Amino acid sequence: MLNFIARRIAAGALLLLVISLLSYLLLSIPDLDVGRQLLGQGADQAAVDAKNVSLGLDRPVLVQYGDWLAHAVRGDLGTSWFTSEDVATTVSARLPVTASLMVGVTLVATVVSFLLGVWAGVRRGAVDRFVQVLGVVGYALPGFLVTLVIVLVFAVNLNWFPAIGYTPFAASPSGWLSTITLPVLSLSVASVAGVSQQVRGAVIDVLRQDYVRTLRARGLPMSRIVFRHVLRNASAPALSVLGMQFVGLLGGAVLVEQIFGLPGIGSMTVTYTTRGDVPVIMALVMLTVVGVVLINLLVDVMIGWLNPKARVA
Amino acid sequence: MTSTVADDTAAEVPDGLPDALLRVRDLRVSYPGRGRRAPRAEILKGVSLDIRPGETLGLVGESGSGKTTIGRAVLGLAPVQSGSITFAGERIERAGAARRRALSRDLQVVFQDPYTSLNPSRTVGDTLGEPLSGQGTGAKEARARIAELLDRVRLPADAADRLPREFSGGQRQRVAIARALALRPRLVICDEPVSALDLTTQRTVLDLLLEIQEESGVAYLFVTHDLSVVRFMSHRVAVIRGGELVETGDARSVTSEPRHPYTRALMLAAPVADVAEQRRRREAAQASAPTPSSASPSAPASPSG
Amino acid sequence: MSGNLPTGAAAPPRTAHEAEPEAGAGPGSVAPGSVRGGAVRRLLRNPLGAASAVVLLLLVVAVLLAPLLAPQAPDVSSLGDAFAGPDAAHPLGMDSAGRDILSRILYGGRNTLGGALIALAVALALGVPSGLYAGYYGGRFDSVAGWGVNLVMALPAMVVLLASRAILGPNVWVLMIVLGVLASPSFFRLVRGIVAGVRKELYVDAARVSGLSDTRIVVRHILVVVRGPVIIQVALVAGVAIGLQAGLEFLGVGSGSSATWGAMLNEAFQNIQRAPLLMLWPGLALGLTNGALVLLAGALRDVLEERGGGGPDGGRVAPRTKEKPSLPAAPVEAGARSPLLSVRGLTVVYGKPDGTRKQVVHGVDLDVRPGEIVGLVGESGSGKTQTAFSVLGILPEGGRIGTGSITVAGREVAGLPERAHRALRGGTVAYVPQEPMSNLDPAFTIGSQLVEPIRQVLGLSRKEAAARALDLLRLVEIPAPERTMRLYPHEISGGMAQRVLIAGAMSCDPELLIADEPTTALDVLVQAEILGLLRRLQEDRGLGVLLVTHNLGVVADLCDRVAVMSDGRIVETGTAEQIVHSPEHPYTRSLLGAVLDDAPAREPWQQRKARSTTV
Repeated sequence: MLNFIARRIAAGALLLLVISLLSYLLLSIPDLDVGRQLLGQGADQAAVDAKNVSLGLDRPVLVQYGDWLAHAVRGDLGTSWFTSEDVATTVSARLPVTASLMVGVTLVATVVSFLLGVWAGVRRGAVDRFVQVLGVVGYALPGFLVTLVIVLVFAVNLNWFPAIGYTPFAASPSGWLSTITLPVLSLSVASVAGVSQQVRGAVIDVLRQDYVRTLRARGLPMSRIVFRHVLRNASAPALSVLGMQFVGLLGGAVLVEQIFGLPGIGSMTVTYTTRGDVPVIMALVMLTVVGVVLINLLVDVMIGWLNPKARVA
Repeated sequence: MTSTVADDTAAEVPDGLPDALLRVRDLRVSYPGRGRRAPRAEILKGVSLDIRPGETLGLVGESGSGKTTIGRAVLGLAPVQSGSITFAGERIERAGAARRRALSRDLQVVFQDPYTSLNPSRTVGDTLGEPLSGQGTGAKEARARIAELLDRVRLPADAADRLPREFSGGQRQRVAIARALALRPRLVICDEPVSALDLTTQRTVLDLLLEIQEESGVAYLFVTHDLSVVRFMSHRVAVIRGGELVETGDARSVTSEPRHPYTRALMLAAPVADVAEQRRRREAAQASAPTPSSASPSAPASPSG
Repeated sequence: MSGNLPTGAAAPPRTAHEAEPEAGAGPGSVAPGSVRGGAVRRLLRNPLGAASAVVLLLLVVAVLLAPLLAPQAPDVSSLGDAFAGPDAAHPLGMDSAGRDILSRILYGGRNTLGGALIALAVALALGVPSGLYAGYYGGRFDSVAGWGVNLVMALPAMVVLLASRAILGPNVWVLMIVLGVLASPSFFRLVRGIVAGVRKELYVDAARVSGLSDTRIVVRHILVVVRGPVIIQVALVAGVAIGLQAGLEFLGVGSGSSATWGAMLNEAFQNIQRAPLLMLWPGLALGLTNGALVLLAGALRDVLEERGGGGPDGGRVAPRTKEKPSLPAAPVEAGARSPLLSVRGLTVVYGKPDGTRKQVVHGVDLDVRPGEIVGLVGESGSGKTQTAFSVLGILPEGGRIGTGSITVAGREVAGLPERAHRALRGGTVAYVPQEPMSNLDPAFTIGSQLVEPIRQVLGLSRKEAAARALDLLRLVEIPAPERTMRLYPHEISGGMAQRVLIAGAMSCDPELLIADEPTTALDVLVQAEILGLLRRLQEDRGLGVLLVTHNLGVVADLCDRVAVMSDGRIVETGTAEQIVHSPEHPYTRSLLGAVLDDAPAREPWQQRKARSTTV
């Protein structure tokens, strides 16, 4: 198992390296005259050149990348070209917002999906139909449209929650809860739709396995079989879908943070990437890929724990 | 090959039968092990056998013995590591794609599972036309041949327009046999062709295969786990265990007076439908086999054949 | 769906009830059927499929004909009419800048749908051929492509699109090409997975042996299987592409001023307090398009699944007879009922999805006395397993006892509630299944699978149950039982697994053992050992055994009495000697006639005269 985790971490590090290199090269393709953009059209050429030199943009791309990498591994992500903020500081200030969102969505999605999926798979009937309809709706409606409807209903019409803004947990736990509820709800809809379908399907599959029949023949009650054997065997496929959804959640966070005016990584992405602020974009890409790699590792470890056969491979 | 018991009728190795159609010598097949540094899994550890024109060689063994792999290696479906396969005087163990396509005229197969060996979305006629079109037979000629084949395996002529799922297991296996016969081959590999079938169906399919052999002089490599089937079908029998042949000889001597203890154990272990006789065999088997073989700890089931 | 690209593993939702699994589909069969002629017609007969197809068609036509249908150009604005309600000239009203909403929806659809089309084309062109190649040939290309796909899939589409906009400029069409690249892994994975599965099918091997080239095999056998799922995936990816594109426009990073549904939603969001209804029309257009796409995919999937696989029982034997009126059970064994197991006039009925019912067991009478082994013999589909499951109360979903009576240890179990029936299982009646591996839960150790039911049925402590489980493993002659307790099912051999299952069946001292083809999946040497074990257990414990089998050798070896079953009926009963040596019923005779035990060995080969090879 440890060997397996070590291999996965090594593969993740390699993935990070490749993506960082590719991103850096791609970001360097357009010949953005950054110095000119920063100093304005009126600035004289010497000043623009000096600015470019001070940013290190006169060097070959690979040298620039090596420089970036050498600093990045030490936690120094450079300074923004446009605002001169320290990127690491800016990112870490915004990270808790997005992290709250992600953790909240993952918790809600896991709990609700498993409840709905198991119920639908075991009992079928009305809950089953509900899960299937939810699946269609979740696939059909773009996340931001769902978010808009939620804002319209719960914030504008019912006025239960604020439509905009963020209160840090440290400042006021109840305020944090009220500002984070609608964003979490919005992002959870699609997750629950996808994962509950997966749980439902897996539960139905496992219920048809021979060993379930044999366990019944040994005198175990159905409830115990469902909560011990079926749940454990059905969890693995559901978890891998949850892991894959994480990538999508990061994209969804961009829109949701923008709509609710949350000062997180997502809204930061919109502002900084459109300007072509390379140090910030690099930091954001790395951050998301690290998140994805970690989540996948976590999912793999959990699947290995649930399914002893997977540990071998 | 140390444990091979010499054949009565012909010296199998090294020179073998003089008039063999298929000659396999010291065949080795192995697959990469699971995991990067795992040793290669040796499936066949040097197998030699001969089949003459019109002859049936029965190859009998338990699951994981490598019996299916021999047939697949002859057909070019398993990677040959070393050794030689000679068909009609020509070395074919490394035949390329074009040569293989030409060989399909002479070398055919009937697989075990009639449910997965026919494409469920193609009609029986499509399936039977496949080898014909592979050899460039014209549409009209192909249709006539398909009708002839269906008649030969006693399926109704309208079967050509129907899908496999409309047929029972035995009927599907007849379709598979017809496909194998389409190009009038000289050797057909029969890989457990009746093990998925019910007893009564099994018998009719076996009778059909014998009849076809009588008529056409095709040779069979008949792979099975069932000793009574192999005895009924084969001129000669080879017993395989753990990738090596342990005994070869004509059907009667191998199945009536087995020389190798493993063959003897196999013979005694298969229950017969005769109460008194079965009691006698059971007692004989208990006397000769003290240790249970299945009870060896932690030996994961190996994939079939 | 928050910009989540569907992957090969994520299943599209279904529109109707899930198709029941087809038992006869064969192991590892992938084939969801092909999209041949009838598929389109059946799709249109499916109400949801037809409705979504019509909606999509109308949308596309309307958008294409925008210049004809739109009341005015999309950018003509009259500020005085801002937020004006619907009227005859402007059926959907005006937006915040006094532009006609209908016109903007129609023209906006051109950008939105056109963009999705580009993304799809790129994704298909990249994903499908590479998936075909990787799945068919495997090897190095497969590894490299798989790695690249994992790389792309680790990137959040929205973030990459935003970054691409910074690099490539605010051109929606270019961004849609990037989106196509990002979506291509979903096609790659889907196609690769299916092709790698089909590649292992025996019919592909057969095609190779038939002399077909790889190209022909791909065209004939592989493309048909890939086609349906790819079409479904196209609908799903189209929905996602439309959603992502609208999301980009909503963020205001699209192509600026031109009308798109996303930009209209953005504008509506800016005015959410003043005119919340502005969101209605672009939201509706987006929701309707994507909803129709997803429903179409679901309907298509249902239609394709209808086609795959065989009948409900795999049709291994002649087609089942339609429901027959249950006979007034001609009592074959009308005498006194056995105190252990007695079955009288049993019928088993299955409800089918279309509401009809099918009877598979038609009035079976059967007795097993204490200390007796009774063989229930028949070919596949004869109903022997259904009879056994009825006794245990574990018939599969949809199956139930129709009429008749089953008494186990004097207790009537037909019509018994699940809870009461369960109380009999394990302690009174136990079960040994056919296939050892699939009957052990792969996620739990042998020990925990043995201990759990013992604790449940006998109410023992964990420690007592573990000690009992160890004794049981010794009883079934498993060496190193302590070690075996800690192993997982995949770590032991099939013969060992069958011993474990027998240990489990014996764990609560049952009086009656139902063994369903207990040696069919085993090699002949292991079979002999397991038969010996069953005989010893039965003798030592005075068990009654109902042994379901198709093997007359096993019957001769083990059974005291035999009941022969065919087409859901018992055709003959008698002692093992009677049945094997002097069968009376023609069916029993034909069964015995097919046994090859006594058939003579084939004569040695002789040189043939040269003969014309006509087949």
